[in-house]
Amino acid sequence: MTGDRTDVLPSIGDQHASTTVIPAVPAVPAIPAAPSGPPVPTTASLEAERVSAWFGQRKVLDRVSLEMPAGRVTALIGPSGCGKSTFLRILNRMHELVPSAALAGEVRLDGQDIYAPERRLTDARKAIGMVFQKPNPFPAMSIQDNVLAGLRLTGTKIGKGEREGLVEESLVRAGLWLEVKDRLKQPGSALSGGQQQRLCIARSLAVRPRVLLMDEPCSALDPTSTRVVEETIQQIAADVTIVIVTHNMQQAHRVSHQCAFFLAAHGTPGVIVEHGPTDTIFDNPQDQRTSDYVNGRFG
Amino acid sequence: MADVRPRKLSRRSTGADAVFEHGARAVGASVLVITGGVGVFLAWQAYPTLKRYGLSFFTESQWAPDQDVIGIAAVLTGTVSVALVAMTFAFPLSVLVALYISEYAPARIRSTLVSLVDLMAAVPSIVYGLWGFFLIMPYAAELALWLQRNFGWLPFFKVENTDPDAAVWDTSRYVASAFCAGIAVAMMVMPMACAVMRQVFSQTPQGEKEAALALGATRWGMVTSVVLPFGRGGVIGGTMLGLGRALGETIAVVLIVSPAFEIKPRILEVGTSTVSSLIAGRFGEASTSQLSALLAAGFVLFVITLIVNTLAAVVVNRSRSGAGTDA
Amino acid sequence: MTTMTPSPTTGTPDPIDPATGTAVPQTHLPAYDDDAPPPLPRPGLGKPSPDERFALIGSWVAGAALAWLLTQRLLPLAGLPWFLISWFVVGLVVTGVTAGITGGMTEVKDRVAAGVITGAALVTGAALVSTVVFVTMRGWRAALNLNFYTSDMSGVGPKDNFDKGGILHAITGSGIELGIALLITLPLGIGTAVFMTEVGGKFATVVRTVVEAMTALPSIVAGLFIYTVLIVALGFPRSGLAASLAIAVMMLPIIARAADVVLRVVPGGLREASLALGSSRWRTVWHVVLPTARPGLATAVILGIARGVGETSPVLLTSGAAAFTVTGPTDGVMNSLPLFIYTNVRSGEPQAIARAFGAATVLLALVLVLFVVARLLARPRGNRPTLRARLAGALAPNRAAR
Repeated sequence: MTGDRTDVLPSIGDQHASTTVIPAVPAVPAIPAAPSGPPVPTTASLEAERVSAWFGQRKVLDRVSLEMPAGRVTALIGPSGCGKSTFLRILNRMHELVPSAALAGEVRLDGQDIYAPERRLTDARKAIGMVFQKPNPFPAMSIQDNVLAGLRLTGTKIGKGEREGLVEESLVRAGLWLEVKDRLKQPGSALSGGQQQRLCIARSLAVRPRVLLMDEPCSALDPTSTRVVEETIQQIAADVTIVIVTHNMQQAHRVSHQCAFFLAAHGTPGVIVEHGPTDTIFDNPQDQRTSDYVNGRFG
Repeated sequence: MADVRPRKLSRRSTGADAVFEHGARAVGASVLVITGGVGVFLAWQAYPTLKRYGLSFFTESQWAPDQDVIGIAAVLTGTVSVALVAMTFAFPLSVLVALYISEYAPARIRSTLVSLVDLMAAVPSIVYGLWGFFLIMPYAAELALWLQRNFGWLPFFKVENTDPDAAVWDTSRYVASAFCAGIAVAMMVMPMACAVMRQVFSQTPQGEKEAALALGATRWGMVTSVVLPFGRGGVIGGTMLGLGRALGETIAVVLIVSPAFEIKPRILEVGTSTVSSLIAGRFGEASTSQLSALLAAGFVLFVITLIVNTLAAVVVNRSRSGAGTDA
Repeated sequence: MTTMTPSPTTGTPDPIDPATGTAVPQTHLPAYDDDAPPPLPRPGLGKPSPDERFALIGSWVAGAALAWLLTQRLLPLAGLPWFLISWFVVGLVVTGVTAGITGGMTEVKDRVAAGVITGAALVTGAALVSTVVFVTMRGWRAALNLNFYTSDMSGVGPKDNFDKGGILHAITGSGIELGIALLITLPLGIGTAVFMTEVGGKFATVVRTVVEAMTALPSIVAGLFIYTVLIVALGFPRSGLAASLAIAVMMLPIIARAADVVLRVVPGGLREASLALGSSRWRTVWHVVLPTARPGLATAVILGIARGVGETSPVLLTSGAAAFTVTGPTDGVMNSLPLFIYTNVRSGEPQAIARAFGAATVLLALVLVLFVVARLLARPRGNRPTLRARLAGALAPNRAAR
């Protein structure tokens, strides 16, 4: 098992040589044999249906429908200000933190609308984790406490023995274990930017979400850290459904199985212009605007 | 190997700038002389008293200049007990109100609430004195009676020379106490402390708050894991600033308490004295040497508030600079 | 595993299976049905669900009923204060229990904490309202007479009716004392702040340290200082001027420090832009820094005035209380609003106490006006929406829903 784990890092060089070749199915993540902590849920599909969104009077999304199948990586691409991030924040109910925000449509997690009045807000966010643009580990907590923060915050009880197993498992899945296993008690803010971001991924994974949303997770990172995070995404994709917003077309190409191209023409709310398998979007798009965008002619 | 030497740059200002610079420096110097002069004068005036009475100035509780017995032990304990009572009310209230304004209040009324707290801080202390004396004191006395009945075994909740279970309770033993004065002073210091705390709470990085919420935290979970750890410096600093103000408060205390010179931990019982109420009460009849004693008492009070305020400033500034790294 | 994940990164389309010829992946272009009704926002987004709201309101209603039963029927704790206290406690317990029925410990803590925090805010609000209402209620009878503002207390006994005597002398006294104090503190305070921020240097650090230290000076000690120096040592009589000096000693560090804070937040880029244009430092300060900081400075000064006008302890020691109007600052004893309130309350005469409350109402109104002016000045010009625009923006989604 340890062998699997370590050869993740050396492979970076190989990928650099031929940028597009990343093993489609990465080595099965080296998860410690007996999963501990909360029971591991199966992956879930996420489905947005006719989602519209407003900030005050301004409509920012218009009837966006998108299926994000279980166990796949879905990339949301498009120029700035087209509503990708808003759409992502709608998927785990972070949208409503803005006081003037409004929303129409449904977001279904395995067929259940997460906005239904009988569903609890915190349950939706627990099942659908989120990683932000800027790494935001809790500065007052140690690395280990950061990983366990989600459990503490949601009131999930686990035994002391299981706790260590869960910390290790989450950090392994986020590709950070080897770098931090000797300093779990140090503050999370002492890590580098890329490590912090992977710590945030580990923190999200520790709650065992069924879907993980990533809002431009690499835009604040250097190229090397970006590659490590991308590998992490590849590894965890098998057991967590991933939706990732990215400005980086190559990144979308590298990590995602399917892509959705968002666009907001002047003064109109954002819509999905085209969506489908990543390769087809990039090589054989139907819409001219998609073609222009993925070939770097605007945006 | 030619040595590269820095060139001399002339930083001297000329013309109007020189006038401006020297003028500003003169103003600064004069303010330094005025404000610093007060401190120096106090110390200078306090010296003969401190020299004459020595340590007994701090241990003697009576203030009887006629008998040449002067000490600030009683007034200092009074000052501290009034301030502590004020802080027991003001501390939890200011933390909770600051949290309410920064995290719980609807966004639309937030700025109004901020103004209201600032307005509370601007209300003159004599008005709070009237409020405390005429409106609150009867209720405070009743609360004091209840506290004595149920917690009278605690030394500071004891009230002497009265029977709490008497059919008709002796109200006069429960009014005009450090407890009553502390409530009025709490009203004065609460908004100050609250304003500092709210300001620091509102600087909590949004990213960390969202991180907690995205993990499925409740609002309270988010507050305890992100906002309070971040704002700890503000909480401590705000509390100490409030404490500094509470120690020096005069008029509300003079209005409410009846003077007593006795080291008295029994905060519910009638009668106490603080340094400032001592000054307000005794300055009129004081001879020059007694005035020096009063100035010495004032100097001690000033030094205490100065220490408390400086600590507060250090704590608040440290928390701010920590916040800057995440900008 | 390989079969379940199609290769996302090979760069070429999946090869067509010769047997079926259907494996070419297709993208989708979402179609919009323009005849469909426009999407309606979900009501109550970000607000508690009906269930939660029912649990919340129900808990507090149940708490009120239980508290009434407890205090008014079962325990000997009659009276409104006890009812309110037990309502708060019982309400919290019921809230916790109802939260515990549907959720875990985290929910219980969240709800109870929200209850405690909102309760504290209400208590504080009640304290502020009770202060204002109580003072006005006891003071309006005196304050409603016109002569309260146009005459002084000369020749008026403490027991006389409200149609005789007033606080003109106290108002003029306060005005004169504050005016002189401002004449001293404004130039010195702002000048020091300019020195500390614009000239700088080691000496400025010393000045800043001392000024910050002196903000800790208790106001009574400032009064005692002037009393000792001016009245006892130099033998001047008690007068408005002495009171002004006492107020000035108290206010100077406060205003200098506040102005320093305001000037320090003026962006350094503005100064550099001005200096880069070839302007002198003096012109930069006068034409760029001070105008930029003007609203902030005005706020600082006005809040300083509000503090100064309400301070009783420095004037208590230095001015003496006259019953008649004095306009000369050196003409001996002079009254002022806080001092008038203090002396009348201490007299113990009901009529005098009512007059004190009348004066307190006036003082409170004065502070309120100063405060509102300060807020208006502090408001950044232009970029704040009017109340109406804000209301319209806040109501818009709801309106669209109907």
